[in-house]
Parts: sequence; C-alpha cells; structure tokens
Amino acid sequence: MSARPGPPLWLLLELTYRCPLHCVFCYNPTDFARTGAELDTATWLRVLAEARALGAVQLGLSGGEPLLREDLEEIVGAAHGLGYYINLITSGVGLTEARLAALKRAGLDHIQLSFQDSTRELNDFLSSTRTFEHKSQVAALIRAHGYPMVLNVVLHRHNIDHVGEILAMAERMGAQYVELANTQYYGWAWLNRAELLPSRAQLARAEAVTAGFRARVGNAMQIYFVVPDYFERRPKACMNGLGSVFLAVTPDGTALPCHAARMLPDLNPPNVREQSIRAIWYDSPAFNRFRGEDWMREPCRSCPERSQDFGGCRCQAYLLTGDAHQADPVCELSPHHHLVTEAVARAEAAPPRPAHEHVLRFRDHRTSVAVVPQPERLAEE
Amino acid sequence: MKVPGASERPAIAPGLRLQWEEAQHSHVLLYPEGMVKLNGSAGAILSRCDGTRTVAEIIAELETSYNAQNLGHDVSAFIALALEKRWLELRP
Repeated sequence: MSARPGPPLWLLLELTYRCPLHCVFCYNPTDFARTGAELDTATWLRVLAEARALGAVQLGLSGGEPLLREDLEEIVGAAHGLGYYINLITSGVGLTEARLAALKRAGLDHIQLSFQDSTRELNDFLSSTRTFEHKSQVAALIRAHGYPMVLNVVLHRHNIDHVGEILAMAERMGAQYVELANTQYYGWAWLNRAELLPSRAQLARAEAVTAGFRARVGNAMQIYFVVPDYFERRPKACMNGLGSVFLAVTPDGTALPCHAARMLPDLNPPNVREQSIRAIWYDSPAFNRFRGEDWMREPCRSCPERSQDFGGCRCQAYLLTGDAHQADPVCELSPHHHLVTEAVARAEAAPPRPAHEHVLRFRDHRTSVAVVPQPERLAEE
Repeated sequence: MKVPGASERPAIAPGLRLQWEEAQHSHVLLYPEGMVKLNGSAGAILSRCDGTRTVAEIIAELETSYNAQNLGHDVSAFIALALEKRWLELRP
C-alpha cells in the first residue's frame, strides 16, 4: 500500500441485529444471535464524531431494524449536528407518526423503506410477519412528512415476476426512487441461495418490464435495477475496493470494510470499543489488507480491468472458493467461474414451485443459534 | 434540455443537500444513496442557487466574483443540466 487512502466518506452503522422481520434474503450474518452486546449511546456518538472528523459525510443507519433502538432520535440529532446526510434504512415496523415527527425534528434527511413484494401474501410470507398493511401506512406517513419516497425491494425467484406490479405499487405510493435490488448471496441469502436464484428467463422478463415502465414514466421516478451479479460476466466493483470509501460498524462495535466482511477468516476486524476510527481506518491490518493491488492473484494481478473492478467481491470469492484472495468467481476470467454458472444451472433446472413449498430458512434467533456458526462453503451442496 | 429563463430562481431540490466538505476541499451534493463531488465552478454556481437569486443575478454575481465576462451561456447550460439531473428545481 503506497498512497494514503482517502477518508471513509460513507459510514454505515448497524445499530442492532434485532429485527421484527425474518427475511430469507437478509445479508446479516447467520450467527448474529451469538454476537456481543450492542454498543451504548455514548459509544455510537463517539463513533459519529470521530468518523466525521476524518471526513465521513454519508451516514446509513441500519440493522436489523434501527427503530428498535430507543436512542435512534438522539443518534440522528447528534449526526445532524455534525453535518452528516442521514439515511434511515428501515422495514417501517415501529415507525409511528410521533416517532417520524421526532426523527424529522432531529434532522433525518431521508428514509429508505423496504418492501418484500407487491402482494400482502408474499410480502408477509417472505418476511415471516404480517407487515404489508403497516408498511403501506408508513409509506403514506413518510410522504406526508415531506420526505422523498425511497423504496427498496429485494428481488429473487419468488417475486421477480411481479416487477410490473411492484413498480405500479411504487407509483401509487408516489415513490421518487425505487431500488430493485436483486439478492446478493451473503448471510441468510447464501444459506437460501438454491431457493432464491431466479432463472435467466425471469431476469430477462423483469428487465424488459422495467425498461417499459421507465419509458412510460420518464424521470418522474428513478429506478435502479441492480443486476444479480451471478448472471454477469464481470464482477461488481465491490465497495469501490475494500478500505477505499466505506466503513461499517456492527451492533457489537466490530468495524468492517464491507457489510459482510466479518465472515473472512483471519481478518481480525478491529472494534470501536478498543480503537479510534482513525486508527481503525488508516492503520488496522483488517482495513489495509485488501487495499491496493498487492494482495491480488492471477488472473486479476495482470488484468487490464483490475483498477475498475478491484477483483470483485472478497466475500464472494471466499464463499465460493474458500480463498478471499481469488478473483470473484462471477468474472468469466476466473478459473472458478463454473461454480457460479453451475449454481445458476441448478436453479434453472429446479421445477417451479410456490414459495411456501420451498425449504427456506428464516432469519430468526432460534435458527441463528442452530445453524452453522459462519456461512460455510455451500457451493457443493 | 430546457434552458432556464433569466428571471427564474433555481434552488436545490428537496431532499438534496449542498455543503462544503473540508476533507474533500470541495462542495458536495448529497442525495439518497449518493454524493457528487463538485468542481470549483459547479460549486460556485450551485451554492448561489438558493431560491432567492434569479439566474441573471447569479450570472452577474459570478462575473463580478471571478472578474470575468460572458459567463451567461456556460452558467445557464450548467443550470439546465442540474435541472435535468433534478439537483435543482425552479421557484417562482
């Protein structure tokens, strides 16, 4: 590592792993129930101040469900005072009118509301809760308080055919931004991968429907269609390279260079209880490990595209090959690319079944205690 | 792309925020899930788009500040681009 890295512009605080929903595609670690106690308010406020002093400016407040933290308003207020642009990433469960008004007063800039589907049936099944009606009311509340309506829907085999209805729902709700985020296979989604991967035909239909909708509404609604990287020929430029702009802090204070990096073996991520954000960002081995290009192996090391995609996702490389230094197998230049194409082929070959007939593992406390401690390699399942 | 009239008053669109970031030595425009780092002239223009100044006033102010002439075309073109990107909206 030669050049000193820039500041951690993007700070994500996962305030809690507690969540009223039990989504089958959640990226949270499957062993969340075994992690340590949540940070207290004072420590979160110190993290905010230290990161802001280094130049952090975009703040995501996430979880789990961040509304379960009773000090959320206090955290938002402190962040606003420091000059952060604050995004609350929420299921909407627990967002009452009084709470929304208090968050607005505290300086919350915007709210990203998740929906699991356009139908009550599937929304409630996939999250293993009865939340569809409540979310619809929350969406109206968010608009009434003058916030831009930002919807996020995670796509997979069971709802990707409803993209047209999902977009129509978003339009009815007056959404300005809609993120159609195809599932990324980490955490619980990795555990359920075989049951969630869509087929190529489903994906092509969804993209065509989205294109048609875009042509109709113009720029009244911004739609981000995040293509599932298993269907790509090149990897995503994950986090713009680890340790380049993004810093996540988990509920127990573990600092990570990406949401999922806790799974990487021997990373030994630092903890904000023990070190300053400055020491963590600039000096810790965990944040320096995948900076620059020295860690790369072939075919990345000599690849002309290495400065564009940084070899893709380290967690995906680890999950699929067992070695975080390999090229992301999503890349067709990777010697492990067949692991991705085979997973897609297996999903294609599986006969279509309704969601409730699948063996889906829901994100809940009991399952978290029972399942493998870390998402082990399941590539050969 | 629609060029704004000289008497219209551009303002940063709701939900977006423009601020100076010392760590980046630049103005940045913050919006849901993203951030644009602005170059010097873009920062100078957008920081004057406060909903009270007209396009003509913004141009005149920039010509004075930078001791330059004939900035009208470039400034209007940038404001049009920022409207297109929905960074700005026009106030009556």
